[in-house]
Amino acid sequence: MPTYILKRFLQLIPVFLGATLLVYFLVFSLPGDPIVALFGDKPVNVAVAAKLREQYHLDQPFWIQYLLYLKSIFTFDLGQDFSGRPIATVLGEVFPVTARLAIMALIFEGVFGIVFGLIAGLRKGKFFDATVLIASLVVIAIPIFVLGFLLQFTIGVQLGWAKPTVSSAATVQDLILPAIVLGLGSFAYVLRLTRTSVIENMNADYVRTATAKGLSRFQVVRVHILRNSLIPVITFLGADLGALMGGAIVTEGIFNVPGVGNRLYRAVLSGEGPTVVSIVTVLVLIYCLSNLLVDLLYGWLDPRIRYDS
Amino acid sequence: MRFSRTSKALGMVAIAALALTGCGASGSATGSGSTGGDTSKVILADGSEPQRPLMPADTNEVGGGKVIDMIFAGLVSYDASGKAVNELADSIEGKDGQHFTIKIKKGEKFTNGEAITAKTFVDSWNFGAAAKNAQLSGGFFESIKGYDEASKEGSTVTTMSGLKVVDDQTFTVELKQPESDWPLRLGYTAFVPVPSGALKDPKGFGEKPVGNGPYKLADGGWQHNVQIQLVPNPDYNGPRKAKNAGVTFKIYQNDDAAYQDLLSNNLDILQTIPTSQLKNFKSDLGDRTINKPYAGNQTIAIPEYLPEWSGEAGKLRRQAISMAINRDEITKVIFNGARKPAKDFTAPVLDGYSDAIPGAENLTFNADKAKAAWAKADSIKKWDSNETFTIAYNADKGGHKAWVEAVVNQLKNTLGIKVEGKPYATFKEARNDATAKTLTGSIRAGWQADYPSLYNFLGPIYKTGAGSNDASYANPAFDKAVSDGLNASSVSDGNKAMNKAQEILLTDLPAIPLWYQVAQGGWSDKVSNVDYGWDGVPLYYEVTGK
Repeated sequence: MPTYILKRFLQLIPVFLGATLLVYFLVFSLPGDPIVALFGDKPVNVAVAAKLREQYHLDQPFWIQYLLYLKSIFTFDLGQDFSGRPIATVLGEVFPVTARLAIMALIFEGVFGIVFGLIAGLRKGKFFDATVLIASLVVIAIPIFVLGFLLQFTIGVQLGWAKPTVSSAATVQDLILPAIVLGLGSFAYVLRLTRTSVIENMNADYVRTATAKGLSRFQVVRVHILRNSLIPVITFLGADLGALMGGAIVTEGIFNVPGVGNRLYRAVLSGEGPTVVSIVTVLVLIYCLSNLLVDLLYGWLDPRIRYDS
Repeated sequence: MRFSRTSKALGMVAIAALALTGCGASGSATGSGSTGGDTSKVILADGSEPQRPLMPADTNEVGGGKVIDMIFAGLVSYDASGKAVNELADSIEGKDGQHFTIKIKKGEKFTNGEAITAKTFVDSWNFGAAAKNAQLSGGFFESIKGYDEASKEGSTVTTMSGLKVVDDQTFTVELKQPESDWPLRLGYTAFVPVPSGALKDPKGFGEKPVGNGPYKLADGGWQHNVQIQLVPNPDYNGPRKAKNAGVTFKIYQNDDAAYQDLLSNNLDILQTIPTSQLKNFKSDLGDRTINKPYAGNQTIAIPEYLPEWSGEAGKLRRQAISMAINRDEITKVIFNGARKPAKDFTAPVLDGYSDAIPGAENLTFNADKAKAAWAKADSIKKWDSNETFTIAYNADKGGHKAWVEAVVNQLKNTLGIKVEGKPYATFKEARNDATAKTLTGSIRAGWQADYPSLYNFLGPIYKTGAGSNDASYANPAFDKAVSDGLNASSVSDGNKAMNKAQEILLTDLPAIPLWYQVAQGGWSDKVSNVDYGWDGVPLYYEVTGK
């Protein structure tokens, strides 16, 4: 097992290098000169532009820029964004906010998705099952920004139960509504996934055996059905954490959450290469790590799964 | 022209209602007019994250500009109508328009206690201009003698020879050539004094700026991407004294979110109503809205380096294009009255503005004359019917798509030629082609005045070789008319000469003026005394609680 984990960590190195190279190249290839854009409609002051280009290494060819960036990573100094602030500080500000939002969304979709999916699966074909199925279909069909604006307007503005945008501290309480919006789509998927999985397992031999053995319904459901049904769900949730963090741009925009998505969007527009790459790289790493965590969880859920060293 | 890049301000309105309601929103409700009100209220306003550290000479966009303007005071400030009134200046005297003697008031201080003297100003301006400090707004000092030496690439000169300290309270300025409207510029944020610490560590200073304006930054007041908190500066004694207990700019990425906050009273002032809400904001907010023109306009620049747009034929074609655009219809239908049809190249709030300059008829819709002008151009040089005339715009911000499409359709219908909108994904791409002179068609150009003067709308954009001359327009007669205006002995004579220069522009039409910008904002029912300035920014210091 430790060898397995070590191996997985070593695999992160090429992923990391590949991701940074690719993203850096994409940002580098974006048309338009970010320094010219800083001047707006103003005449570009050649001397000032040259000085700024030098400061951000924009006068160098792609490979040099990329290597300089890699160097800055290994010296733990990610450079500065256009407002002269260390990118590391910027990451430290935005990631906790988005992490909080994504984890809240994950808890929401995990808990409600599994519970609803389990009940629906156990009562296959009944009223609850049908209602939940249709409702989840509707949720999947509506784009997230429509749901976002709708909930913001009804709950935030008309009913006044929550503030329409998050406050400066972006507390857990502020983030409840955005987290629900962010998690709604995946919630529907988790629900359907759990339901299908539960139905499949209900007909499995070991469930019949367990019931025949005289185990209570509760124990059969908890130990034999639920646990076995969770494997595909956990896979989905693990992959979803990365997707939620990176995909929060729309939700963050609607609720004005000062997180990763907002900063990334602005950095892409203004062409701040190092900021974009730093944010994306952290997202890639989170994605890889959450997948590793999922792989490890498999063994716990299903002891038949072994990790080859 | 802190304009386009972060141009929420200008972009405000565009996509709007394409529905042919023909609803002519009339200019209505300006500030409540009453005085008094609760001065203990902290005003919550919308803002955007400054792009650069908060150094006055390094800030050229709205997000940072708004804050700089409130925490610094310059020699003069502009009142609501755009008139320059002395703030730190005791007197600014100059008879020949080239040599100025500036006396500053005694006893002025920064909020850290440092005294403001003539030397403070000279040092601050020199710092802004010197190439080695790489300040984005350094170009504002270009009129001062010695600027060229200090701002050259790689220059080690850090002072401008045109600035001289006479005594603690007095300094003199020598310009390269006479410019009668130069004192008017001194209210721009690049000209404010900064404390000596700022010159030593501009980056550190830009995080926690110390100023001398009506407000100061609260301790730890700049929470990046979240909010900027300003509290009144008790020592400020100028014309912009704060009438509230502070202003907090909440940073929004998205105007729609800000609008929802405004509706639920979590925001007090929204500078610009988002496009999506233009149809309902009046019913949502009642009389808590404003509709006031400000010093900005929108044009379509047509580069003269394109062969089909050069010479006499090009001029006739530009006139035809101009007369084929129905400005009244677009401002009504697309903008719901949030723009006013242009009658010249400047803006109506400025001193010296006239809507009846000879040639202004070229800006009025007239299908027959447009067709005639196009036909006449064709007789000189035939227009290739496969040719497509493009109007480029940036699609990332500002909502230009709707009006560009409307103009495209009007041109197609009236002139029967192929016309297309050409979206650039980002503003920086559009600027890149404009600066590199590699445009293949026309491009939309917006201008928001830096200081209230007709010259600011003419010189920097249309003078031969000027930095923002996207159209590469070059006409010695126009250049001369503009310098006559700058050489004039009084502002009013200067304005007359500027309007003479505009007559030339109205015939040549290097750019086609479309409309003037109108500020459309709203406020919550917790505040009163809201009014907007000449530049379309709310006068935050005037706002009180209810």
